[in-house]
Amino acid sequence: MSEYEILRLIWWALLGILLIGFAVMDGFDLGTAALLPFVGRTDTERRIVINTVGPVWEGNQVWFILGGGAIFAAWPMLYAASFSGFYLAMILVLATLILRPAGFKFRSKLENTRWRTFWDWALFAGGIVPATVFGVAFGNLFEGVPFGFDGDMRMHSTISLLGLLNPFALLCGLVSLSMIVFHGASWLNYKASGMVKMRASAAMLYAGIAFVVLFTLAGMWLGQIDGYQIVGAMAHDGPSNPLLKTVTRVPHGWFANVSAHPALLLTLFAAYGGVVLAVLLRRFPGYAMLCSALVPAGTIATAGAALFPFLMPSSSEPGASLTVWDASSSSLTLAIMLGCVVLMLPVVIAYTTIVYRVMRGPVKASDVEDSHSAY
Amino acid sequence: MDIVELSRLQFAATALYHFLFVPLTLGLSILLGIMETVYVMTGKAIWKQLVQFWGVLFGINFAMGVATGITMEFQFGTNWAYYSHYVGDVFGAPLAIEGLMAFFLEATFVGLFFFAWDRLSKIQHLMATWLLALGTNLSALWILIANGWMQYPVGARFNADTMRMEVTDFMAVLFNPVAQAKFVHTVSAGYVCGSVFVLAISAMYLLQGRYKEFAKRSMTVAASFGLASALSVVVLGDESGYTAGQNQKMKIAAIEAMWDTEPAPASFTLFGLPDLAAHKTNYEIKVPWVLGLIATRSSDQVVPGIDQLVDQAKGHIANGVLAYRTLQQVRAHPKDAALRTELDAHVGDLGYGLLLKRFRPDIENATADDIAKAAASTIPDVPVLFWSFRFMVGIGFWFIALFAVAFWFSAKRQLDRYRSFLWAAVLTFPLPWVAIELGWIVAEYGRQPWAVVGVLPTALGVSSTSASNVLFSLLGFVIFYSALLVADIYLLQKFIRLGPQETIELPEDAT
Repeated sequence: MSEYEILRLIWWALLGILLIGFAVMDGFDLGTAALLPFVGRTDTERRIVINTVGPVWEGNQVWFILGGGAIFAAWPMLYAASFSGFYLAMILVLATLILRPAGFKFRSKLENTRWRTFWDWALFAGGIVPATVFGVAFGNLFEGVPFGFDGDMRMHSTISLLGLLNPFALLCGLVSLSMIVFHGASWLNYKASGMVKMRASAAMLYAGIAFVVLFTLAGMWLGQIDGYQIVGAMAHDGPSNPLLKTVTRVPHGWFANVSAHPALLLTLFAAYGGVVLAVLLRRFPGYAMLCSALVPAGTIATAGAALFPFLMPSSSEPGASLTVWDASSSSLTLAIMLGCVVLMLPVVIAYTTIVYRVMRGPVKASDVEDSHSAY
Repeated sequence: MDIVELSRLQFAATALYHFLFVPLTLGLSILLGIMETVYVMTGKAIWKQLVQFWGVLFGINFAMGVATGITMEFQFGTNWAYYSHYVGDVFGAPLAIEGLMAFFLEATFVGLFFFAWDRLSKIQHLMATWLLALGTNLSALWILIANGWMQYPVGARFNADTMRMEVTDFMAVLFNPVAQAKFVHTVSAGYVCGSVFVLAISAMYLLQGRYKEFAKRSMTVAASFGLASALSVVVLGDESGYTAGQNQKMKIAAIEAMWDTEPAPASFTLFGLPDLAAHKTNYEIKVPWVLGLIATRSSDQVVPGIDQLVDQAKGHIANGVLAYRTLQQVRAHPKDAALRTELDAHVGDLGYGLLLKRFRPDIENATADDIAKAAASTIPDVPVLFWSFRFMVGIGFWFIALFAVAFWFSAKRQLDRYRSFLWAAVLTFPLPWVAIELGWIVAEYGRQPWAVVGVLPTALGVSSTSASNVLFSLLGFVIFYSALLVADIYLLQKFIRLGPQETIELPEDAT
């Protein structure tokens, strides 16, 4: 393998790791926000819910920002095509994510009930909309989206919001939502106290069942969708120009990788096993939390392994599909960015761990009622 | 309006909103660090209360900075897809590093700053506060490295196989002199903003006769830090002018409304009314030598005027047409080495050739008339730049004067003695934001018609989405951000009015 090919493979893996980092770390506080109106009935209960993530949600959200920055740096064509192609969906996600910082910070600053209720629902929207839309986007990747490039590599597309909201993609959106809600419920089971914790524990069971059913349905449906396949040999270290290959659609194509490498089924087991173990271990919330982190990790790894080497298949001009081999940055940029990640990400993980240790222990009613700094 | 205008309007609106909050975050984070350092060193409780009170205001502002910042990270992809493709290999890296090195740091330690007063030792909490300040300042560094490359694109070359710019020398991108100057100028402006914020609110308390000990201590910190920062903004703003003189001659000529090259050293126009049709500036009041000294750091080098720069642009554009024509042949015959050599000879001006796309799609057939039009399009908006720059600089000098007086009074322990000084401080409150937004306009509106100077015209950078989509998102952002801004200002003024006593529930005898 050439150096460029190895770098592309590493950056494909890093793309997955960053998405998993986002889904695991930001996922539980999106899930927490999605559960906010239901597991918290009184104002104090809702403040408990919000303050379980209060000190950490901002750091978690950087996984999302970093995901965007890293895709920009390592897969600029994917960044350009996906964010502009899914324009209105992305604007919707941004709008609801913008509500979150204000929601956390502003909500409890005034004693007004209508003010607080408004921000509770804003936080709720900021939880469910991104969780669902990212699932819908992934669903559309499996079906392919209509786009191509002209000679200047300018993208043209006929992607419409209604086209994105097709039944299979919506199902994937629900898979994603149930996965995030499950993980959020697991977090509240770990970090909250009193009635909130009990309701969260019950929510884990319902969300877990929903996830298993929906994930299984999506998997069965995926078998009915024609996958994409590169025709003939393709240089893995050629220039990043997605117009130099031929791609065809094949029945059951998305199962080709797992047929060739059955070990990939481990990702599937991680997702299912994470649900079962987390539900069984609800009385040991720390361990349950670690197990529920396996669910987004396994789900994203399953999707990524099925799509490989495709990043964003084109349904209208399959040859223009973006793949690992022709949509990356230059080898120099990939190498420099790899160095940055290797140097800096361990430091980030180290101080994040310290912060979670400092803030350890459940959030109780007295913590929010006696504090001027609590949200 | 077409998609280019809508996309530019959306970018400008979201950036200007974002930049209402970021400078205050930059300045207040350092001021919090200074105040908490004094607390740890002296052990006096009032300094902890200072940190906590200004911290509440910092937190409200920080949330808005984060909220409006999310859009900035993703807007390149949603609205500037061709730009993202064309320069992502270079421009994406500092953005990703910003996330890794800076955003994680500030966002993680901001949690400890607010939530861990009772869980950390004094020294540990102080470290958390300084790491938060470090994170905010590092994020300014990386985003200005990215922006500096748009102003002065070093360390990269065009690759015909991928149809984009690619990094050749990452160190050159990092140590870009424009980026360095911009970083120091921008963070200093943020420090001034934070200092004015603290100074003005404290002056209001003194005028009202409330929280005297609180306010005087705050003003002392703000006055000394503010004076140093205000001097730095102007001195190192001059540094920005110098580098602009080297590589963005058109911007500086437009700021000066200098249509014709003057014999060196050029004079600085203090006042004038630029006449766009006649290419001259009426009623000029000039200060001899100053511009030449600022822009070239010499008394014998020439600062070129707008008309001469337009003439030079014609040559670059004609060369750019050759580059574009050769590029088409290279893409048709990728294995022909002779064609590639020919492309290398012209490719430096490819960006200038692309300016023609606004006037005709088939730029390889451009006429002399098209080239003249494209060359004229390199002139930015002269009156807007001329006046924005002058108001910004005028406000900058006012800050130096105000902070110098405040510093003098604080040294003589007379901060609460002169009501006229306190009123001046209160009335200065909005000026940092005016100066900062004007600075953004000079730097970025003044960069037009380029997204990346000499490399990619702004008009080509847009996404291929529909104009109605962008209109929808633009209106959405404006309504959304305005509502958030109203909530933000309401909360800020509420806590400022309540003062430290009620905001952080001080013990009764604290002040």
